[in-house]
Amino acid sequence: MNQKLIVSLSPHEKGRDSVKSIMYGVIFSLIPAFIASIYFFGLDALIVTLTAIVTCLVVEYLIQKCLLKGPITVFDGSAIITGLLLAFNLPSSIPLWMVIAGSIVAIGVGKMSFGGLGKNPFNPALVGRVFMLISFPVAMTTWPANRLTLPDGYTGATPLSIAKEAIKNGEPVSQIIAKVGTSLNHFVGNMEGCIGEVSALFLILGGLYMLYRGIITWHIPVFIFLTVFVFSGTLHWINPDKYLSPEFHLLTGGLVLGAIYMATDMVTSPMTTSGMILFAIGIGVLTMIIRIWGAYPEGVSFAILIMNAFVPLINKNMKPKRFGEEVKNG
Amino acid sequence: MISVLIFSALTLVLLGVIAAIMLYFAAKKFKVYEDPRIDQVEALLAGANCGGCGFPGCRGFAEALVKADKIEDMNCPPAGNDTMKKIAELLGHTVKVSDPMIAVVRCNGTPANRPETSIYQGASNCKIKHSLYRGETECSYGCLGEGDCVAACKFDAIYMDPSTRLPVIIEEKCVACGACVKACPRSIIEMRKKGPKSRRIYVSCVNCDKGAVAKKACSVACISCGKCVKVCPHDAITIENNLAYIDFNKCKLCRKCVEECPTNAIVELNFPPRKKAEESESAVEKN
Amino acid sequence: MLKTFSKGGVHPAENKLSANSPIEILNIPEVVFIPVNQHLGAPAEIIVQKGDKVKVGTLIAKQTGYISANIHSSVSGTVQKIDDVPDTSGYNRKAVIIQVEGDEWETNIDRTDKLVTEIPYTSTEIIQKISESGIVGLGGATFPTHVKLSIPDGKKAEILIINGVECEPYLTADHRLMLEKTHEILVGTKILMKALNVSRAAIGIENNKPDAIKKFKSIIKDYPSIEIVPLKVKYPQGAEKQLIKAIINREVPSGKLPIEIGAVVQNVGTAYAVYEAIQKNKPLIERVVTVTGKKVLKPSNLMVRIGTPIKNLIGYVGGLPEDGAKIVNGGPMMGKAINSLDVPVTKGTSGIVVIPQKEAERSEVLNCIRCAKCVSVCPMGLEPYLLMTYGEKQMWTEAENDKVMDCIECGSCSFICPAYRPLLDYIRLSKTTVGKIIRSRKL
Repeated sequence: MNQKLIVSLSPHEKGRDSVKSIMYGVIFSLIPAFIASIYFFGLDALIVTLTAIVTCLVVEYLIQKCLLKGPITVFDGSAIITGLLLAFNLPSSIPLWMVIAGSIVAIGVGKMSFGGLGKNPFNPALVGRVFMLISFPVAMTTWPANRLTLPDGYTGATPLSIAKEAIKNGEPVSQIIAKVGTSLNHFVGNMEGCIGEVSALFLILGGLYMLYRGIITWHIPVFIFLTVFVFSGTLHWINPDKYLSPEFHLLTGGLVLGAIYMATDMVTSPMTTSGMILFAIGIGVLTMIIRIWGAYPEGVSFAILIMNAFVPLINKNMKPKRFGEEVKNG
Repeated sequence: MISVLIFSALTLVLLGVIAAIMLYFAAKKFKVYEDPRIDQVEALLAGANCGGCGFPGCRGFAEALVKADKIEDMNCPPAGNDTMKKIAELLGHTVKVSDPMIAVVRCNGTPANRPETSIYQGASNCKIKHSLYRGETECSYGCLGEGDCVAACKFDAIYMDPSTRLPVIIEEKCVACGACVKACPRSIIEMRKKGPKSRRIYVSCVNCDKGAVAKKACSVACISCGKCVKVCPHDAITIENNLAYIDFNKCKLCRKCVEECPTNAIVELNFPPRKKAEESESAVEKN
Repeated sequence: MLKTFSKGGVHPAENKLSANSPIEILNIPEVVFIPVNQHLGAPAEIIVQKGDKVKVGTLIAKQTGYISANIHSSVSGTVQKIDDVPDTSGYNRKAVIIQVEGDEWETNIDRTDKLVTEIPYTSTEIIQKISESGIVGLGGATFPTHVKLSIPDGKKAEILIINGVECEPYLTADHRLMLEKTHEILVGTKILMKALNVSRAAIGIENNKPDAIKKFKSIIKDYPSIEIVPLKVKYPQGAEKQLIKAIINREVPSGKLPIEIGAVVQNVGTAYAVYEAIQKNKPLIERVVTVTGKKVLKPSNLMVRIGTPIKNLIGYVGGLPEDGAKIVNGGPMMGKAINSLDVPVTKGTSGIVVIPQKEAERSEVLNCIRCAKCVSVCPMGLEPYLLMTYGEKQMWTEAENDKVMDCIECGSCSFICPAYRPLLDYIRLSKTTVGKIIRSRKL
């Protein structure tokens, strides 16, 4: 026999998922929401998104080529996801140079400075977004008109910021509700907001696809929704005049996008089921605290970043239940 | 305005004083007595924390040295004899002058000498490969080539030669700490006497199979023919488990065995070329 | 709702190519190589010499120590020599090499097909007989059966579980055996029950073998107190602890044996071997081996004499395919890749799987993306990603604290990892190192 046999340790079978297939699965699941955002915000959304993706790819390539001098893995899809998610968190009217700056921070600082894919403690897209939110507050909170709600050329505010402003001025919730549109509109995405955060419907569809593919588990999104629902529901029940209804909180301000796509990011979420649940509850509570008592109308990004910082601690202490751990007596 | 400045300055000074007093008492109260000689000894040691002495780090060795009644058997390989002498003077002990040692790779199974018969795929780790199977070649004793010794060396004194797929010791850098000896799952690396002018003779094979089996696996294997034992005038060579071994304490570097070995398993290092200039084999690792 | 174990598990493609091929008898080779360490524990001590004549069933090596097993000649002929022969890992081990002459059996072996159902022996006699016949666990672990049947003082067996799961992809040896030797397996189960002194037995079979379940159910009424339990298909259900969990919903405590909770697990192949040993006086000299692979011409189930070189098996099914890049001794999830076709079949060889080049090659290892799939599929509730890091960084204390010794090496983590990380490679390294540390501590 002159053929050399391959010898390796078991297992000799391989599952079908690869890093690439998972990453492109996420991208695929974001397509419906992307198309919806183009429908709502026009060509601007497309341009901003493409700018972010291309910048992310170029920055990652340059860093891998010139700084790390390691293997080039730009097309594993992760940089595309970062660009896509960053763009989804931006208003479509934002100047493109800001998008480029944000993408550079997202990949350069948020991801590659830690050693690349898998080693970053914080969600890179959120790092980029928060950087932009702090550096360019005006541009980041000037919302273009949703083509369906306002005539072209006008600018509006997101339902959340309208509501926050109104509550600060002491208006009762019942009046605010009239201003911000119906929950059905929010669910479909018929409101002002960032490129990708508006359509809960399509984001949930994408989320279901990822669940079906086994890319994410249900624990994180469901527990974020539950926590937000219970938290805001309790307050609303105590004082319906001062606090907004839970469905309003659930459907506005990027909560759906954050819960399904940002919090479930594999790299920056905990490894065990119990850890994921704790992580999700933390995000839900922090989001609500920031939204109701904080300075920003929107709190999901900060909540996720703060909880990201806790992930190593959660991983260290929330161990999975070992098989045969409980010794049964008798 | 002035009063604010004065007030701030005063507060700061006061805080500083209070903190200083607290620190002073804390330092007094929690002071641990340590033999000052430990620090002195540690300063003399190589400071590489290589573990060659068998103690956890240089500090651990320094403590052990200060405590010990007799330090003759203790040695800091990277620092060498002079350092040990200084330490002995400091502590009022005597030391044995030990010969300088060096790591020696006892395998010459290059792909040319030892053809590969299978392909290994998996973690690049000798220990894992060793527990999985005998390796890519027919020899189940020789070098596996995954570089555990390179990873273990803290002095960058070993590298894998991509053409021979064997580790190479860089003589100038090797301090004989023995980390590679421990790392090798097949005990191929041995600490041997460095020898005068770095001249060494050793059997570059660890194969314990019977001659025919060993020879089939590798053309430069020791086949335990015993010719070297007969030719050695100093009784330095023994054969055990189908393998010849040269005792470096007895070997007088006469090179008779090198000429005699039918498979060129005995290797000489750093010798001048022979006058007869018959063969110029065995120029294996020239570093 | 079918029963299964609760934690983790994966679903590799089944590829049971040889499920419909009846067991065929492989020709006796010209020379057999019978290694003396075919079982877990101490190698047996050879009691024959060069030139001795042996028959089929002649004892050629005696067990040494408690955990060890007898070895019998699987052929008749002359002992050619006693020499070192490479085993599945390529290391040389002692083996008896026998030149085959004819096929003469020891006279006390009953070679007829007649079913013998009476069991006129006591528990001790049965265990003694099993020990003499050199029977070991035939599922692949090769733990000596008589040791497993000897219940330690203070413990009591409550249930015997017969493992007919065969959760490894490709393998069908147990499946065919269950179809063709149904009665014998049931009698074997009864013998084992008697040996253990238990009144309950369950045969666990995965639902992908409906014909075997049907066959058993059609005759089970003759065997009261034996229950057939169809199980949901999930790997690694054939692992002892997972099978017990699936059938009686109890977890074997960490670091303990199944007897701790009153369960004893035996493979169907073992049950059949026990039947043959007790009722027919036949020691363990042959076993069913699945020889299969996607490119193999004729995937088959063969009854093979122990010691037959694997190349004979490959030759029978149409030779090594052009594209046969890796040959696995055992199933593809837990089996060992071999580096030579001269390796003989041993008591633990449940299958020979030929894997084509494309599937045999490992892909380039990427960064861990912390997807947590390895954690979610681990049937023992471990964190493989962490254990691998411990192995790489030689953090043995941490590895021990995170229960590396609980790992059953099922390979689910390496199977699922999307970054192709060699998780199990390093976990095994941690396991062996930590195991050594624990043993040295006890001394």
